Amino acid sequence: MQQPVADAVTADGVIGTVTTEDEKRRKHRLWAKGLLGFFAFISVGTYIYNEYYIYLSVYLWFGLIYGMCLQYGKFCFSSAFRDLFAIRVPRMLVGIVIATLLFGAVSAPITASGLSTFHAAPVSEHAIIAGIFFGVGMVIAGGCASSSLYKTGEGNINALIVILSISVTQALFADVGGWANAFVPESWTQSAAEKGLPASITVTDGWVDQYLAGYVWNKPALTYAQILGLPNDSVAGAFVGNLFVGIMLPAGILLAVVYVVYWRKSFLNKRKKAGKPVSGIGTELAGYWSLIIANKRTAIAGLILGIACALHMLVIQGLRVKFGFKNAGVLLDRIGWDFGLSVQGTVFDPGYWYVTTQEAQWVGWVLQKMGIENLDNIYFGFVNGIPNPAINPADWMSLALIGGAAIMALYHNEFKFKKPTWETAMWSVIGGFFMGIGARLGLGCNVGAFFVRVANGDASGWLFGLGMAAGAYLGVKFFNWWTERKLAKEMASCGL
Amino acid sequence: MGMSFEKAGDGKYCLNVNGYVCPHPQIYTKKALEKLASGDVLELLFDNPSSGESIEQMIENDGNELLDKQNQSGQFIWRIQKS
Repeated sequence: MQQPVADAVTADGVIGTVTTEDEKRRKHRLWAKGLLGFFAFISVGTYIYNEYYIYLSVYLWFGLIYGMCLQYGKFCFSSAFRDLFAIRVPRMLVGIVIATLLFGAVSAPITASGLSTFHAAPVSEHAIIAGIFFGVGMVIAGGCASSSLYKTGEGNINALIVILSISVTQALFADVGGWANAFVPESWTQSAAEKGLPASITVTDGWVDQYLAGYVWNKPALTYAQILGLPNDSVAGAFVGNLFVGIMLPAGILLAVVYVVYWRKSFLNKRKKAGKPVSGIGTELAGYWSLIIANKRTAIAGLILGIACALHMLVIQGLRVKFGFKNAGVLLDRIGWDFGLSVQGTVFDPGYWYVTTQEAQWVGWVLQKMGIENLDNIYFGFVNGIPNPAINPADWMSLALIGGAAIMALYHNEFKFKKPTWETAMWSVIGGFFMGIGARLGLGCNVGAFFVRVANGDASGWLFGLGMAAGAYLGVKFFNWWTERKLAKEMASCGL
Repeated sequence: MGMSFEKAGDGKYCLNVNGYVCPHPQIYTKKALEKLASGDVLELLFDNPSSGESIEQMIENDGNELLDKQNQSGQFIWRIQKS
């Protein structure tokens, strides 16, 4: 029962009653506007201070858009596989396929024109294994790496614990050496030592270092265009190889399988009840279309997300040309923030949406400040650096993503602080741990290793996705057992 | 607070999964509905918005009926009738 707190005049001039619920809604919307104003203030203020900050602001505003889209569509890669296996609901998988197709379609001309910031990753079975770790983790945690960010914006403290767990696990895993060296094959050590890395990188001391330099880097980095023998930055390569063969064909097959296995039966039942025909090609096409538009919010979010991801790459590349650098390490150096740059003078600057590396970086930065050396490994010291989180471009993106999700949640009255219980906190820590391991093995998460790669025709993207699906299946099996056990106890007391 | 399932009256049950994130609310809801008799009503309390999107489609696909849904500042109260 809502409690009236005051009389008010509506827009129509009618005297009505303001309830506590209306009052909460009004306050939430005020907070949403305040947050938006805060991000605008940061952008304008830093730009006035130094025009280079516009580069960081681009990350910030695209992060904000990602956060708003994710929250609006409840967009979660974990949900895509988990809900399909657990409750036979395909809405999220469809949303992700739409987003990937759109991202790929807008990326293709950018790739063809040579303006893409994307680089393909090494292709091998490691992507599947990494995906399995990640898939198990995202089901146990209750969300993938990107959805944990947007759920944090909804006030979900469990999601914040997941982020902390992913961050700490990655930073520690990237630097673990000593006893862990015993688990490194001799061939990896030898191959890593032959790479001729700078002396500051202790490449033969560290499991991940030897995995990267001694194994992963030896694998070919291929797009579908290159597999077909076409140049990646050509019209034929980008559109036929990457977009058609790499995305449209597998996505179409995937949706067809989902339609037949998870959707067709209930669709035909509904048509039968409504007295409509239940056979023929027209019926099947109508069923396929109903699968696509089943959840409009998810489909709309996927559509905007896909376009924004591709535009993000284009805008970042434009700014790189304008300022005359290829990596934000140069920019940070120019504005006087040179702490934590890699030995090559670089920092993590993907040029597109990414989630997990910036999470590892802030922990790496904290550990470095505490006197624990983190710049002697490949991940931080040779490639990504550990810049101050306050000036890390990718961190601006992630923080704005949380902010964008908070704005959308506040606007739709879905913001609520949710304290964890011991049980949910435990799942968050364990799930985050598995996702952290999977992200480092796969050189990315559900966004960097799957979504972005698939959309740009990288052959390793679907492999990581295959692993994620397998991992999600295992996670669902576990939770089915866990929930069955708990619910049976509760229902027994009701005589059920 | 953990999950709770209680009888609220004749043919009426209450499943409280407040505090839980995905996939717990949707899995508990699915399992609870599977064990109810046709015509029984389940009152579902949850506060994880993304679970709602999946639960709504699950209810529709399974042919059950969503009688009523309320959102009180992120506290969702739904009433579902088993077909």
